[in-house]
This record gives sequence, C-alpha cells and structure tokens, in this order.
Amino acid sequence: MTRRSWTGWQFTGPFLAVFALVYLAPIIYSAYLSVFRTQLVGGTSFVGLENYTKAFSDPQFWEALTRVSLFLLIQVPIMLGLALLVALAIDSGRLYGTGFFRISIFLPYAVPSVVATLMAGFLYGVRFGLVGSINETFGLNIADPLGPDWILTTIGNVVTWQYIGYNMLILYSGLKVIDTSLYEAAAIDGAGEWRIIRAIKLPALRGPLVVAGIFSIVGSFQLFNEPQVLDSLAPNSITTYFTPNIYAYQLSFAGQQVNYSATIALIMGVATMIVAYAFQRRSMKGTL
Amino acid sequence: MKITRRRAIMGAAMSITLLAAGCSGSDDAATTGGGGETVSEADVAKALEAGGNLTVWAWDTTITKVAADFQTKYPKVKINLVNAGTGNDQYIALQNAISAGTGVPDVAQIEYYALPQFSLAKTVAELDGFGATALDGKFTPGTWNSVHAGGKIYGLPIDSGPMALFYNKEVFDKHQIAVPTTWEEYAAAAEKLHKADPKAYITSDSGDAGFTTSLIWQAGGKPYTVDGTNIGVNFADPGAQKFAAQWQKLIDGKLLSPVVGWTDEWYKGLGDGTIATLVTGAWMPSNLESGAKAGNGKWRVAPMPQWEAGGKSTAENGGSSLAIPTASTNKALAYAFLKYTAVDEGAPTRVAAGAFPATTAELDAAEFKGKEFPYFGGQKVNEVLAESAGQVVTGWNYLPFQVYANSIFSDTVGKAYLGQGTLTDGLKAWQDASVKYGTEQGFQVK
Amino acid sequence: MNTTAAKKRSTTLTLITGLMVIYTLLPLVWLLLSSTKSQEDLLGSFGLWFGKDFALFENIADVFAYQDGIFGRWILNTLFYVVVGAGGATILAALAGYGLAKFDFVGRKAVFAVVLGGIAVPPTALAVPVFLMFAKMGLTDTPWAVIIPSLLSPFGLYLMWTYSTEAVPTEILESARVDGAGEFRTFFKLALPLLAPGLVTVLLFNLVATWNNFFIPLIMLKNADLYPLTLGLYSWNRQANTVGGDVVFDLVITGSLLTIIPLTVAFLFLQKYWQQGLAAGSVKQ
Repeated sequence: MTRRSWTGWQFTGPFLAVFALVYLAPIIYSAYLSVFRTQLVGGTSFVGLENYTKAFSDPQFWEALTRVSLFLLIQVPIMLGLALLVALAIDSGRLYGTGFFRISIFLPYAVPSVVATLMAGFLYGVRFGLVGSINETFGLNIADPLGPDWILTTIGNVVTWQYIGYNMLILYSGLKVIDTSLYEAAAIDGAGEWRIIRAIKLPALRGPLVVAGIFSIVGSFQLFNEPQVLDSLAPNSITTYFTPNIYAYQLSFAGQQVNYSATIALIMGVATMIVAYAFQRRSMKGTL
Repeated sequence: MKITRRRAIMGAAMSITLLAAGCSGSDDAATTGGGGETVSEADVAKALEAGGNLTVWAWDTTITKVAADFQTKYPKVKINLVNAGTGNDQYIALQNAISAGTGVPDVAQIEYYALPQFSLAKTVAELDGFGATALDGKFTPGTWNSVHAGGKIYGLPIDSGPMALFYNKEVFDKHQIAVPTTWEEYAAAAEKLHKADPKAYITSDSGDAGFTTSLIWQAGGKPYTVDGTNIGVNFADPGAQKFAAQWQKLIDGKLLSPVVGWTDEWYKGLGDGTIATLVTGAWMPSNLESGAKAGNGKWRVAPMPQWEAGGKSTAENGGSSLAIPTASTNKALAYAFLKYTAVDEGAPTRVAAGAFPATTAELDAAEFKGKEFPYFGGQKVNEVLAESAGQVVTGWNYLPFQVYANSIFSDTVGKAYLGQGTLTDGLKAWQDASVKYGTEQGFQVK
Repeated sequence: MNTTAAKKRSTTLTLITGLMVIYTLLPLVWLLLSSTKSQEDLLGSFGLWFGKDFALFENIADVFAYQDGIFGRWILNTLFYVVVGAGGATILAALAGYGLAKFDFVGRKAVFAVVLGGIAVPPTALAVPVFLMFAKMGLTDTPWAVIIPSLLSPFGLYLMWTYSTEAVPTEILESARVDGAGEFRTFFKLALPLLAPGLVTVLLFNLVATWNNFFIPLIMLKNADLYPLTLGLYSWNRQANTVGGDVVFDLVITGSLLTIIPLTVAFLFLQKYWQQGLAAGSVKQ
C-alpha cells in the first residue's frame, strides 16, 4: 500500500504543483490579505474580521449576489434544457447533416471575447445595430437590449450563445458512450424514440448533466467577462457592482481596496462551493 | 493621451501600492526618494554621456519618432519603448509593477487627471530637484498647473486638450442652423436639429466623467478642493449647478444621442452626420480623420460654447504628462529624456506627427497655426484650438483618487441619463460616494 | 456509427434544430460579411449583406502587413502557448485523473475536494495576488506567465478521472504489475491508448481555452512581441480611443475571423478522432 500510495502521488503531483502555484498560494495569500486594511493615507493595519462583517452588511455586495442568483435560477435551466434538446436531436440520427449541426452549434464557444464585444455591439445597438435595423424596417420599437431593464436578459442571451455548444458537447459525449446493444434490445421490444429517450438516454445523462450543472453554477457565480465586455457599450446599465466578481475586480483595480476585494472573493468562493456541493448531493442521490 | 472613460475592459486601476508592503516588507519603492532628489544639470549631462538603458511606457504613437531621434543624438542611450496599454490599462500595469517592486519603467505616460494619485503615494518622483522649476513659462498655464501637486512638480506636460466645438458644417447648413456660441444657443440648436431630422442629434452623451468635469471646470466650478490629505467634494458649487441645469434640458428633451463614445457606432454617427457636434479636446482631429472618414471635408472647428454671451472661457479635456516612477534607478537619464520630449527637440517632432502641444513655443509657431486641414475643409484648425489653450480657466483640481471617482461616475450620475433622477441628484450621489471612499482611505474630507 | 444510422431522417426535426443554428451562426455570418468590407462600408452599410467593395483579400493582406507584420508573430505565439499550454494541461490532467482513479492513496479524497473547491474561487479575483507572486519570481512579461496558469484544467482532471475509472479495466493493470512492468510504463503503453477518446476531448477544450486566453496575458505581458492573438486584437481595437492611433476596426474584424478559423479547423480535424475514439470506447464497454 505504501508503494502504491507513493505512485498515486507521483501521478497527481505535477498537476497539484501547478494547482498550488496558481490557485492555492494566491488563495492563502488572499486570506492573509483579508484581515488587513490598507489606506491611501495611513498605510496598512490589522483589522481582524472587520472586512467580513463589512461584506455581510454591504448593500452593493448583496445586490450583486442577488443578481447572479437570479441569473443562475433562470439562465442555467434554459441553457441546459436547450443544450439537452440539441444533443438529443443530433444523437437521434434523424437530422439531415448531423455534422453540420454539431459544428455550427459549437462554434460560438470558439469566439474570443474581443470579437464577441464587437458582435454584441452590432446585434444589440438600438440605432445602427440589428435591433435598430429591425425597428426601422418593421416600424417596431423593441426595447433597448442594453437598457437597465433588459441588460441581464441580454447577458443571459450572450452566455447562452457562447456556452450552449459546450454543454451540448458534454451531453452529446454522454450519449455516445451508451452501449448500443441497449438500443437494439429496446428496438426488439418495440420501444419508440421517446421511450428510449426516457428509459435509456436521460438516465445515462444524469452524470454529464450534473457536471454541466456544476460548471454552470460556478460560471454564474463568477459571471464577469460578458458584463465587463458589455460595459463599454452600456456603462449606465452595468454598475461597478453588477456581479460579485465585477465588484471584487473594481475594488482591487479601481478602488485600491485589495483587502476588501480579497474578502469578497473568498466569500464568493465558499458560497459557490456550498451551492455546487448541495447541487451535486441532491442530484446524485442514489447514483455514484 | 486618451479620453477618460468608464471602466474599459480592464476597469480602472489603482494603487495596490502598499499591498506589497503588507506581504513581504521587501518593497521599499514607496519609502525611497519621496522627498525629492537633487540632480544638477551637470549630473544629467553626465548621465547622457555615460549612456544606459531606459524603459519608457507610453501609448502615444508620436513618441516612437522622438525615441529614435534621441538615440541618434545620444548613441550610448538605448530606449526600450513599450506600449503597456492606453490610459487605465497602463495605470493598472504600472501600479502592479510598483507593488511587485520589479519591472517598473523609468518613464511613464500619465494623464493629468490620474497624476495626483501617483504623486500622493510618492510613486512618481518629484522633479523640482531636477531643474524642472526652470521650465516655468514654457508650458500653457493649464497643463503646468496639472503637473503640480502640493506646490511640487511631478511630471512634464507633453500634450494638452483645450476644448473646442467640433461640428459637422454640412448638417448645420442643411438645416440652416447657426453655429452656437453659448450653451443656450447650443440647446436651441439641438432642438432645432432633432426636430428637422429625428435621426440626428446635436451630440452623443450617455454620461462621461471627463466631459462632465470639464464643463463644470469651464463654468467656473471648483467642486474639488485639495490641500494635501485634506480634500473637499462639493457639487452644490455654482459652476456644477450651472452645468446640471443646462445639461438637464438636453436630457429631458431627449436631445442627446445614446450612442456610447468610442464605439464603432459612434464613429459611424460622426461620419454620417447623425452626431452633429462634439465638444472635446484639441486632440480630436486625428481621431476624426482616421475613424470617421465619411465625414471628410464636412467638419469644422469653432470656439467652445460659452456660459455667458461674449465670454472667453475654456477648459481642458484629457492630455497627459511624462513622469518618472520613484523606483526608477536611472532618474537623471530619465529626466533628460523627459526634457527632450516635452520641451526640446521632441516637442516640434511630436507636433509634426499630429500631437497637440502643451508648450507655448509650439502653440505660437506660425507653421503650426497656419496648417490647413483638408478634413476640415482647409480650415486652419489650430488657430481656434491654440486660442482655446490660452483661455483655460485657472484653479481647477482633480481629486487624488480621481481614477476611482471617475470609475463610479456611471453608477451615480449615469442614472440621470437613464431618466432615473436628475443630474443634480446624480452629482449628489457621486459626491457622497466619493466622500465615503475618501474617508475610508484616510483622507480628511470636508 | 450505431443503430441510429439506419433511421429515417426527419425534415421537421431538422428545421427545428435549424432555428438553433440560425441563433448560433447569425453573429458569425455578420463577422464573415464584415470582413469583406472596407472600413467605410463597415460603418456605412447594412450588417447582414455585402458592402460596395469586396475587400476580403485586401483586408487579409492588410492584417498581415500592419505594424511590420506583427499579426504573424501573434499567430506563432498563440500556437506556442496552445501547444505547450493545452498540450501540457492535457498531459497533467491525464496523469492526475488516472492517478486519482487507479490508486487508492492517502489524501486522495482531499485532493479532489481541494481542486473542486479551488475552482470555485474566481480567478479574476486572484489576479492581483498571482501577479505579485509571478513578479517576485521574475516570470511576468515572459511566456511562462501565460503558460503556467493555462496548464491547469480542473474540468480536464474531472473528465480524465471518470474516463480512467470506466475505460481502463483494473485487471489489465493488475496483470501488467504481475508481469513486473513499471507503473509509468503501464500508463503509457496500456492505459493511454484506452484513454484516447477522453484525451482528445480534454485537448479540444483546453485548446479553446488557451486560444481564447485573454485575461492572464493582459495582466502579465507588456511586450507586444509576446502577445497572443486575442490580446493583439484587443490592442488594435483600443487604438480607436487612443489619440494619434489608427482606427482599424476593419483589421480587428478580419483579424478576428482569422483567429476563429484555426480553431474551427482544429475542431473539425479533432472531431474525427474524437468520434472514432468514442465509438471504439463504447464498443469496449
């Protein structure tokens, strides 16, 4: 056992070394920072848990947290639902040009954020963008997608656009490993497509769905790129505390409040872990 | 030089200065040299003779030629010119490097509004001891004032942004609108234009901290007072209120295009006449020329609209300086480059490449004033702009944390542009948030 | 592929799924059309149709000629970061995933908990500490500053762990051990081929992640000669609000298109392996 134990560490060692350098050390460093306060005038002083108590009574932090929770509850089910439908459709073998569909839906995932910004400007611009063209052509007055009322929906749309293919692929690969003899047996039993989906495919997708779900939870709580990118187009709709991560970022880069920023980041990390763990516990009950 | 905007991709940056001190204590950048070194002219000459390497962080493209010329003149000097990002991006990088105590450049380009943040933390060197006091009178009063903090000099001005009215003459002629000379007339023109062509707007503004503070500046407002670490923020100031009342009319009348500045839509609007004017800094011509090609020949420049008929007051918008980070190990040589770029041979070189000067000698040069701009229908644009440079209202201050203050502008004043409350409300909220932040950071805030 | 291949194709289902494709492709169509336009047309013509001039090839030539051809340099940099970063990440994830799946060692559960916990902390919030540490180690403004963080793929670890559990029968390993083969030899000779499908999938995701890497290079790199494509394009885009800077939206757009193409090709190319591997994998079970 000791020899085997050592071998296991040898295999995981390189990964863990990088992990320690890029994640663990900065996290520990952040924890250290979170018990200090640094002022422009007055320097650094030890404040104990003051930053934590401040965070829990900080309305801007709570607003941000509420916003991403809302996002999580609405956007994630929609995105995963659509990804599931597409994965099932592609896997059904009933599509003309399966390969084309698979690639087309995955492609947005390959688009860098800089490009996504330009495209978002085009699609959502009320005056010159596609929304503008539609309004003009049809004499409509579609609400401004970048206005404060719609901005979260718009971000949900961008996130869905970017990650639907990614999730579809996770689910699709889950479908691909299903033992084909199961289908044959079902066909002999005379089971229809819907029955096969319900009885064979969906149960097999439980694991991949949980994975996709956990990554989406982490992604929602860490929401940063999309609002940050859209901020240059909709500065008044996206506040500096739009999401917890944007808030943490603003605090450390614009606000010189690195200590408080580290505190927010750690609280969010713990919150994400708790939610992801609870989700995994609930959805994997009876399996694994 | 670039425009003060909201958080760009990277957001605004600032001091993590003391962070490093919190982590290892090995960072002595903040403790050395703060009091101002004395470096004589002979020392500078010796440094040039000895040569060495200089790392310069600047995004201004006209500095490339200056750096090349400098190396030709002083062959022992090797300049490593780095574009570490525009504006905020570069301040983040600079602040990060200062915190880490490694990779700090010898020279950095810093906008006027951001300089106080660095001078307060003493992360850029005081230049009085280098002979910078002798340069008094070489620069326009506005820019020279901008590089001072607490009576000391922390940078040399390299360009300036005295404001003027850029307008699309074709649009004005088409709708027979007279070029406004006051803000009253400007509002009237806005209404007339938008009525005549519902797609056209007098200008685009969705809330911009730099523009707002510049207009308050022009109106004679002094919302910020700074005396060391005693600061004051007061947007109940008459100048600020004058601006708020006037600009509120444009917002209420929906006379401002909602297109956000510096986007492709914005350039498009400048080109096709749907954004008819810009009241902005003197650095704008080159951006119009390359970004709004469709507007070629249609644009003109006129003096900035006034708060009182017959007035002759302007303000600065944008503009930047070169400063020497305290952590630089070759300050004498760095200063030689600063002086060369800001006042000596570098100044005319940069003007020839399209920069708008901060030095009176270049501003007064006949060749500069007489230059005809084809984009502006052959108009001698610099005459108008140079005149503006001499009319900048004196006594303006930025906060020592203006970069942060500007970053929260859209959270507060931005609401007024969405119709949530008035500009006065927004300015009050901005004031409160700035005061709160200042207090948290240990300033004495009035 | 499997039994479904024999099924009747459905026009209705194709059309419905087609709506999804319109949703995902529309912005890309815009990008494609826009890259055929001159700067003037870009701002002056309708987005979803061609402009007056067809300037695609001019644009491509301009992209490669601009600023002494630095775009080519960025492509090479990106390739380097991708090969070392994504390749390295895949290997590390495979080793670690296999190790976690096949060796019952002390602290195994803790490792997994720590890794999953770690990814819950936003990397953007760790940016400043990471930068300070890297600066002290002299890594900033070197390729390592970009490569080291991209060597981590928690998702890859997870995937390789599940794959190893399912695709590598423990009996094979036991018999190899009985034969006296070393553990690493067993891994490379026996396990790795069995892991191929998972490996390719992980590689694919790492490829995309590294190719699109933006935030870390933005903080770590100053020297434009070290930029990856994303940061390079960003810097071109930023010229629009720099005085004296060229406004080059046309180059940004064409450059963006050129940035997406290699990934698309890689995906198409890898897809074959990935599908074959998956099919093979499912037969084995």
